[in-house]
Amino acid sequence: MGNNDHGGRFDVDKIAELARIALPDELKHRLYSDMERIVGYVDMLAELDVSDVEPTSHAVRLSNVLRDDIATAPFPREQMLANAPATVDGELVKVPAVIEQ
Amino acid sequence: MTKPTLAELAKNLDTGHVSSVELSSALLDKIDSLDGDIGAFLRVDRANIERYAKESDERRAAGKTLSTWDGIPIAIKDNIAVKNQHCSCASKILESFISPYNATVVERLKNAGMIPFGRVNMDEFAMGSSCENSGFNPTRNPRSLDRVPGGSSGGAAAAVAAEMAPAALGSDTGGSIRQPAAFCGVVGVKPTYGRISRFGLVAFASSLDQIGPLTNNVEDSAVLLDIISGHDPKDSTSLKNSATSCANALEDLPSDLKGIRIGIPKEYFEMEGLDADVGASIQDAIDAFKRLGAEMVDVSLPHARYAVAAYYVIATAEASANLARFDGVRYGLRAANPEDIMDVYLRSRGEGFGEEVKRRILLGTFVLSSGYHDAYYLRAQKARTLFRQDFDTAFERCDIMLSPTSPTVAFKLGDRTDDPLKMYLADVFTIAVNLTGGCALSLPTPTPGADGLPVGLQLMAPPMQDEALLRIAGTFEMATNA
Repeated sequence: MGNNDHGGRFDVDKIAELARIALPDELKHRLYSDMERIVGYVDMLAELDVSDVEPTSHAVRLSNVLRDDIATAPFPREQMLANAPATVDGELVKVPAVIEQ
Repeated sequence: MTKPTLAELAKNLDTGHVSSVELSSALLDKIDSLDGDIGAFLRVDRANIERYAKESDERRAAGKTLSTWDGIPIAIKDNIAVKNQHCSCASKILESFISPYNATVVERLKNAGMIPFGRVNMDEFAMGSSCENSGFNPTRNPRSLDRVPGGSSGGAAAAVAAEMAPAALGSDTGGSIRQPAAFCGVVGVKPTYGRISRFGLVAFASSLDQIGPLTNNVEDSAVLLDIISGHDPKDSTSLKNSATSCANALEDLPSDLKGIRIGIPKEYFEMEGLDADVGASIQDAIDAFKRLGAEMVDVSLPHARYAVAAYYVIATAEASANLARFDGVRYGLRAANPEDIMDVYLRSRGEGFGEEVKRRILLGTFVLSSGYHDAYYLRAQKARTLFRQDFDTAFERCDIMLSPTSPTVAFKLGDRTDDPLKMYLADVFTIAVNLTGGCALSLPTPTPGADGLPVGLQLMAPPMQDEALLRIAGTFEMATNA
């Protein structure tokens, strides 16, 4: 269901993979056509002359905001792991094997 | 008839006319009788609320109240963390998540003795303008149950409008406080970026998100802003001089607005899709401002028609990065029986996120992807500079600007769910303020719109002018309610 299948500008399979979202085919078709329309609308930005314009990345212009280098009390491990979907003995986050043997 | 203000509630508590336990249980009873039809609250922890109310009454009996506002309940949008309570952002992916800490705004409410009062509904991860994108249930507009309450802070606006909570905290990334306030006929404020800590607010688009109040009147918003604002070392975008003094600004309100210049951005009134009834209500409000002696100034925001496009590039790009943390590993939903770690990511996110969230993450991923970054994301950031210049130039000629909050009154459930782009376009008047970092509020116009439904009047001011904005809004409110 890529670029060619839709005849459009982007490959929805690749984007979904980059975004790490599994999509059933029916939903993939619908989201693709929504995105075509939305990107088509967003394309109006190409009309703007921004050749001499600096980008604005944030609403306030702050930089190098650092806190004092003082150790503070950490959250207890059991409290942080209470929301984990799976743990090893309540001490570690459990996930499927990442490195093959 | 008129709803009690927070100051009146505080006075009733102070004189012993009512206890915090009585106040809370009356509201809880109201939720029991009304919220089955409205659906504003996702969760209400009755036992906890009653315990906090009892503690407040005990403080008061011992002469140890924490502030004037001790014992007053405040509804909390489901993306703001309250320790040991669910914080789901109305998403299946966070359905079972319990916050290990308080958001700074909640810490400040509690330091004042106020009671976090239930988790109010929203569009999932604050992505939406109708509350229909909640992963659990839609909220209905208390003013007309077949209509949406607006979004994304729709539960907050509905709870306040139906008097199930005296006030609420919401969040506003592109209009998510102001538009539901408009649809439900309450007051909603998007404060200046950086005045309210975002620590403990689940991030949607970090350069745009801001917490703010939804209340029955301008004065109550001032009270809440003064409590929740202020510098927070836990938020690196928090401004140093951020504490507001809005309640002070509302003292000794003048009886007129002589000397105040109000900008009318012409592009906003030439937009397609502005309903005639909304336009008429706004015109009545303009006439009321003129009668109060305010000077109307024509101003121009030449790039206004590009704001929605730039917003949906910037907000989705930031969202795609922020929502990468929901990966089924450390917290939140994990798909059953995953084959490998990639399967954990793909299916947990596929199953946990609703359709609109997926749409926006995909769009954000696309505009940041190799080969498209400069054409979309960088260009939108440059457009953001143009919007800021537009606003700076316009504010040289006026103190505040005025517009509708939304081009229509509350629409019917289901009317726009098939057309995401149409839903986005309705944000046209509110999003520029988030992009430029200033402050704005919505308050009901004196004249309602079609079918007697509320119309929201948006007033916008430059960054750090929250006090001046509320003073003008408070003066207008007082004069037109008289």
